[in-house]
Amino acid sequence: MFHIYCPHCAEYREEEEFHGAGQAHIARPLDPEACSDKEWGEYLFFRKNPRGLHHELWVHAAGCRKFFNMTRDTQTYEIKEVYKIGEKPSVVAE
Amino acid sequence: MQQYSGFGLLKHSLSHHENWQRVWRNPTPKKKYDVIIIGGGGHGLATAYYLAKEHGITNVAVLEKGHLAGGNIARNTTIVRSNYLWDESAALYEHSMKLWEGLAQELNYNVMFSQRGVYHTCHTLQDMRTNERLVAANRLQGIDNEMVDAEQLQKEIPSLDCSKNARYPIMGASVQRRAGNARHDAVAWGYARAADALGVDLIQNCEVIDMEISDGKITGVKTKQYGVLKADRVGCVVAGNSGVLAKMAGFQLPVESHPLQALVSEPIKPFLDTVVMSNHVHGYMSQSDKGDLVIGAGIDGWVGYGQRGSYGIIEHTLQAIVEMFPCTSRVRMNRQWGGIVDACPDASPIISDTPVKNLFFNCGWGTGGFKGTPGSGNLFAHTLANGKPHPIAEPFSIQRFHTGALIDEHGAAGVAH
Repeated sequence: MFHIYCPHCAEYREEEEFHGAGQAHIARPLDPEACSDKEWGEYLFFRKNPRGLHHELWVHAAGCRKFFNMTRDTQTYEIKEVYKIGEKPSVVAE
Repeated sequence: MQQYSGFGLLKHSLSHHENWQRVWRNPTPKKKYDVIIIGGGGHGLATAYYLAKEHGITNVAVLEKGHLAGGNIARNTTIVRSNYLWDESAALYEHSMKLWEGLAQELNYNVMFSQRGVYHTCHTLQDMRTNERLVAANRLQGIDNEMVDAEQLQKEIPSLDCSKNARYPIMGASVQRRAGNARHDAVAWGYARAADALGVDLIQNCEVIDMEISDGKITGVKTKQYGVLKADRVGCVVAGNSGVLAKMAGFQLPVESHPLQALVSEPIKPFLDTVVMSNHVHGYMSQSDKGDLVIGAGIDGWVGYGQRGSYGIIEHTLQAIVEMFPCTSRVRMNRQWGGIVDACPDASPIISDTPVKNLFFNCGWGTGGFKGTPGSGNLFAHTLANGKPHPIAEPFSIQRFHTGALIDEHGAAGVAH
């Protein structure tokens, strides 16, 4: 069970208030119409899925309902840091 | 291979069961194999068995980083059914079901396959429509599946709360009567024993740490314990760790690994002779031969490799079970565990070639891999033997995430199981 710090509320809350929304920092293609099927498929479906450090997007669903990023170890489940959308992580996954 | 029989049991009892043969060898790996299978779980062992038996390829090694059958085949809730929606999936799971039906005889190993039926309860009109559609689709596919109303359901499962007093009253259910469950370890052990007897090398404690790839073609794998092992073809059947192996090979998969939890209660007297699952209140339960209630939980929504999930999921699941079976409210839970499931965006598996030549992946079975064990192995063996997929496996290519021909089974795979 995670104890997550919401950077918007500036408070620790139980995991149940949050919802993981998958891998963070996936850039939407600037010109979707120009994408090949392969590029579009990769953007939509293919993920890093690492065993180790992972940057992910979370939403404080039952709280402020705002999105933020989290760097978490997927093996030990340790949360390394949380940071707001648009900010750069200080702990960087490979 | 020593043949198991009632007579054999009697004979060995005379020597106090001290002279049973080892079930499989413990070989040192050769330097070169025709096919290397990475992953000694149910699917990997089944693949090795069918490679040897149906395709005559016996120069095969199964590499397992831990012990045989120690991953998801030991961490599931043993449900077997084939009532999926789309023709592609129905063909796949029905292929598996037909193999299940003769498996114990074929392997000479009691896999305790029990066709006790699987019910999907419906709590809303939408549930009823979804399940009626499923039943109709299955009928057209030649797969048994039928609807029963709440009154009939109450007669068939007396302990299930089908009254109007429930918070989410049950309106009816679909039931596949040929479905059921099996003894999870026995399936893997049976395949391991039969594959070993046909000459397959089962190498335990052998972790793959890199792939030998040159000119876009795989030539072997590098292992921690035995160095480089050469192979003409390599098949990866590593479930939750698929992403890790794909990274070694230099590509990504449309797969994310999630913890999926399950739990069993203390053993109690037999009261449930079938499997009941509910997509709506989100839980499912059966009772094992030992008397424990085997209860399934949903997946944790985040990527995790730790073989454990969050307590919130367990609490939610038990709420669902008590909602459906109020008589279980005082039963204590004994053990809880998590497996790492590799889930695809469309809830269907991948049995496919990859960007690397001669490297094949069988993954993405997500929450429903156990039921697929024989079929998955059988079809993947065909792929590895011929270098191209079996017609049933063809739609499950990784290419579908580029072409858009997804096989969306989120409805039929509703409760994680």
